[in-house]
Amino acid sequence: MTNTASHSDKNFFSADGKGTSVFRLFRNRFLTGLCIALSLLTLVPLFSIVILVIQNGFPLLSANLFTQLPPAPGMDGGGFGNAILGTLVMVGISLVFSVPLGILAAIFVNEYAPVSWLASAVRFVAKLLTGIPSIICGVFAFAAVVMTTHKFSALAGGIALAILILPTILLTAEQALLGVPYAFREASFGVGATPFQTIWRIVLPEAMPAIMTGVMLAVARAAGETAPVLFTALFSQNWIKGIMEPTASLSVLIYNFASLPYAYHIKLAWSASLVLVALVTLSNILAQVIFAPKHR
Amino acid sequence: MTTEASQHPLELTNDFAPGETNFIKVDNFKFFYGKKEALHGINLEIPSRKVTAFIGPSGCGKSTLLRNFNRMNELIPGVRHEGDITIHGTSIYDPSVEIIALRRRIGMVFQKSNPFPMSIFENIVYPLRIAGQNTRSVLEETVERCLRSAALWDEVKDRLHDSALGLSGGQMQRLCIARAVASRPEILLMDEPCSALDPIATAKVEELIIELKKDFTIVIVTHNMQQASRVSELTAFFYLGNLVEFDNTRKIFTNPSMKQTEEYITGRFG
Repeated sequence: MTNTASHSDKNFFSADGKGTSVFRLFRNRFLTGLCIALSLLTLVPLFSIVILVIQNGFPLLSANLFTQLPPAPGMDGGGFGNAILGTLVMVGISLVFSVPLGILAAIFVNEYAPVSWLASAVRFVAKLLTGIPSIICGVFAFAAVVMTTHKFSALAGGIALAILILPTILLTAEQALLGVPYAFREASFGVGATPFQTIWRIVLPEAMPAIMTGVMLAVARAAGETAPVLFTALFSQNWIKGIMEPTASLSVLIYNFASLPYAYHIKLAWSASLVLVALVTLSNILAQVIFAPKHR
Repeated sequence: MTTEASQHPLELTNDFAPGETNFIKVDNFKFFYGKKEALHGINLEIPSRKVTAFIGPSGCGKSTLLRNFNRMNELIPGVRHEGDITIHGTSIYDPSVEIIALRRRIGMVFQKSNPFPMSIFENIVYPLRIAGQNTRSVLEETVERCLRSAALWDEVKDRLHDSALGLSGGQMQRLCIARAVASRPEILLMDEPCSALDPIATAKVEELIIELKKDFTIVIVTHNMQQASRVSELTAFFYLGNLVEFDNTRKIFTNPSMKQTEEYITGRFG
């Protein structure tokens, strides 16, 4: 046996070359390295986008962008205040429809009748809807709202976005409710609370941070989507006067201006991209701060 | 399986139970989780203002029976029962019984302490708030009364508005006891209240149980035989969904009538 000899000149725990231990160590290090490399790789597209948007959008950034209307084709100056406002209004409308509906549906599905056929149907349909292309939401809102009101409008755009984000809100809210420990419900029922009281006073407040994460994901999606608002809200060169008017949005402005042959409009489209990214990021951070759990 | 002991509890309890001897009366009670029969026709009479312990190996049905006293089991889908449970002469399954009112009169303490993620104060006044009581003075008075009866007042009186989740495990469980007595119930159900606590915290809760029986009828499920013998006056031994023996605790632990009881208590099975 050479065991004793090898012990003396080698660390007792170092790989001794017997069996597959050297190969196993190598494989372990290789795979760990691979995981780190691939994780870094996923950051590349994200950072490329952010850097590119900042590089191209920053030069034109000024207060004017937020307060002025877009210039006529071929003209310089102006901004896209109406598109920022339009996006905010339409995202707002979509939230008014989808947040109460999504959260109430999630409450029904998770709290009132988790094993009913209706709950299964709602879950199934919500999962299907997440896969529906956003342009279909636009087509639907066009047929359902624009055709019936005979007007392109912020309302139609908002409804198209609401349909788009409803399943996201519903499914994330359901997961959020599912994450609330059953012990809380038991304690509440145990002292004589009704299901409504239990949900309203205990379960919802506890699930709120996670529900809001879902809502913010939805906001980011709704603010950035072009297809659902493209032929429902259309676009407008002017300030929004009411929700039944054609309305400008950042996403459609980017789409329109980026395809124009005027250098200034293309620069505006870059700046609009930067503003859109900043808005979404800002609202995300705000929601995290406001809805952070208080009792921990 | 049901023995003579459980068929004539009056006879056995008479000599040491001056209060109401059949305060909680379980009458040929069967309980089903779906198709599985968890309790096979239990007959049992629990006296008021005493501590009654339910013992037996896991899955014997003791918790199931306890959770039927305040109808908590009905939160589980697909359960049903046969037979009846009466409290103070009224069937808890009577259509006129409001399940909300029933649970307000029967406090429950769970195996794992489950304070709400709120302040200590709000935890205790929760049963009052859900009943529409929001008067500041009433709430403050209740908090002090309940914390004192749970022997927790001196430890937390200076931080009533801190999160309840910052308390130690034993304090949390005593907070849950304080919350359970806030709606002034007559009965306290305790489902293994000390199984997650260290010996010192357990001793405190046990002291508390003995103190509380002056005001409450207490039913406690426990896996700890010493605990049953320390805190209870009556002990019911369950096995495989049957009540094997129900008697004076001293008798159960020194001279049980049934062989199964003796084997379980001496640790030969279970």
